[in-house]
Amino acid sequence: MQFKKSWIMALTLTSVLALSACGNNGGNKATTNNGGNTPAATNTETSSGAKLSGSVLASGSTALQPLVEQVAEKFMDANAGVDIQVQGGGSGTGLTQVSEKQVDIGNSDVFAEEKLKDAAKAAELVDHQVAVVAIAAVSNPKAGVDSLTKQQLVDIFTGKIMNWKEVGGADQAIQIINRPASSGTRATFESFALGTKTEDLKGSIQEDSSGTVKKMIGETPGAIGYLALSYLDDSVKTLSYDGVEPSVDNVVAGKYPVWAYEHMYTNGEPNETVKAFLDYFLTDEVQTGDVVELGYIPASKMQVSRDVAGTVTPK
Amino acid sequence: MRGQPTNKRLEKHHIENLIGRIYMSFCVLLLIVIIVSMVYFVASKGVANFVSGEVKVSEFLFGTKWSPEADTPSYGAFPFISGSFLVTLLAALIASPLSICAALFMTEIVPGWGKKLLQPVIELLSGIPSVVYGFVGLSVIVPFLRDTLPGQGIGVAAGALVLSVMILPTITSVAADALASLPQNLKESSFALGATRWQTISRVILPTTFPAIMTGVVLGMARAFGEALAVQMVIGNAPFVPHSLFESASTLTSVITLGMGNTTMGSPQNNALWSMALVLMLMTFVFVLLVRMLERRNRI
Repeated sequence: MQFKKSWIMALTLTSVLALSACGNNGGNKATTNNGGNTPAATNTETSSGAKLSGSVLASGSTALQPLVEQVAEKFMDANAGVDIQVQGGGSGTGLTQVSEKQVDIGNSDVFAEEKLKDAAKAAELVDHQVAVVAIAAVSNPKAGVDSLTKQQLVDIFTGKIMNWKEVGGADQAIQIINRPASSGTRATFESFALGTKTEDLKGSIQEDSSGTVKKMIGETPGAIGYLALSYLDDSVKTLSYDGVEPSVDNVVAGKYPVWAYEHMYTNGEPNETVKAFLDYFLTDEVQTGDVVELGYIPASKMQVSRDVAGTVTPK
Repeated sequence: MRGQPTNKRLEKHHIENLIGRIYMSFCVLLLIVIIVSMVYFVASKGVANFVSGEVKVSEFLFGTKWSPEADTPSYGAFPFISGSFLVTLLAALIASPLSICAALFMTEIVPGWGKKLLQPVIELLSGIPSVVYGFVGLSVIVPFLRDTLPGQGIGVAAGALVLSVMILPTITSVAADALASLPQNLKESSFALGATRWQTISRVILPTTFPAIMTGVVLGMARAFGEALAVQMVIGNAPFVPHSLFESASTLTSVITLGMGNTTMGSPQNNALWSMALVLMLMTFVFVLLVRMLERRNRI
């Protein structure tokens, strides 16, 4: 009896501890005003050449999550003392949490300055651009169009053009499959493909996962939407933009403009373990290995660079 | 010699009693703290926009324009509030007759094998994760609606259909319990008066158990109102009040799940999402109150 009871109590205590631990590090923002939060990384003292140790917590962009997870696995294999945890939650969550020092790394599809309204907070963050994601306009294969100009895309996404025949395609009503207004992918598409923000149109469809977007575009007659290059396959028709094909080579050469960096933000300069992890991302091993393998474009290969304001300069 | 063990046992009982009481009080206190802090957290976040004057309450509740990313953002949540009510009511309308028939079948018509067969099957429905419902909706219901009815298949009707399947088990199990607990003599008297089975069901059983069945319907609606993922996948999520059942619309939950991860904490848009969470929470209170009222009627 006694054994049983203490066992139940131990269980409750553990769950309570686990709960409070969650509150501190993790998923939730409930502790924003606690003040007592410390970054999760506890870097033990290392003299020169000593092994790395400590734990690293990263959260944010679900688009970047698979890459960070895979690279983290490799990094942990090479450094037994390091524990890296990667959580999703979205770019906004990642930026909020890194700026509140709840996580060590905040993953984001957009520049922090675009999301964080507080410029001072954004200025504290240090940007590490680890990969590039390009986004292509795609349509249902039966729409009968290969290429759209910027103006045609703008007209479609603002509801001026409502039938594919107006842009040389089949006589078929256009069905827009959008991403939610706050999505990083949508922000990238609007800034660099359309050059303008669009409002949600009546009757348009919004889906949040790229997989669902692809499924909907492939199945819905007359559908148009946009997807990262890594998601493209034969079930949807990839549209050229102003005659330029969305390909990795065109993105790298700066010919195809609809792309964005994948950012890994730290709050101030990272500690030794976090820095080693971020540096590892930029090694050739990762850039030409994991990055390409998972369908991203290596940041190191880019022949152009782009700043917060969107100005593109040759490297 | 004989007194000592009794004393010891008594002492042991006291200690066990004390430990039990402390443990129980601790758990209850923890529970209360968790509930109060959750309510406080959602409420304080939810009213942040109204307190700071960013958004007016009336504009939030009745505004029909939702464009948080625009240069002059507007935070009208009426399309989502109406969308939530619309799919919930439709789902209840579809699911209630099915559930009540299933419950009658299990308790009145074929209590033996009917119950043995139907009950586990219906309970199975409540164990399926909502993402599976969403995907089935997307792969089966949406193409079906697209091929047979106007519109793109995605929309209010698809959402209501998916939800109605999801709330079937809730309504059925509550209704079946209510029917099973009906005093036997009511039915026997009815039969003694020469009433047929259908007359007994429609004139005696259903009217007597009506409040209890309604409890099940309200519980089902509460579930439908709060369901997020499955609805989000099939409803389309365009921020407009739909003019037809086959048009893309949004619910409170779908907008919250779409926007929460992509907005930063403390931004007006994020706070507007918390305001929607507050509306959801208040609606849940209303549903709980309704259930309580129905239970009270039930007792008489």
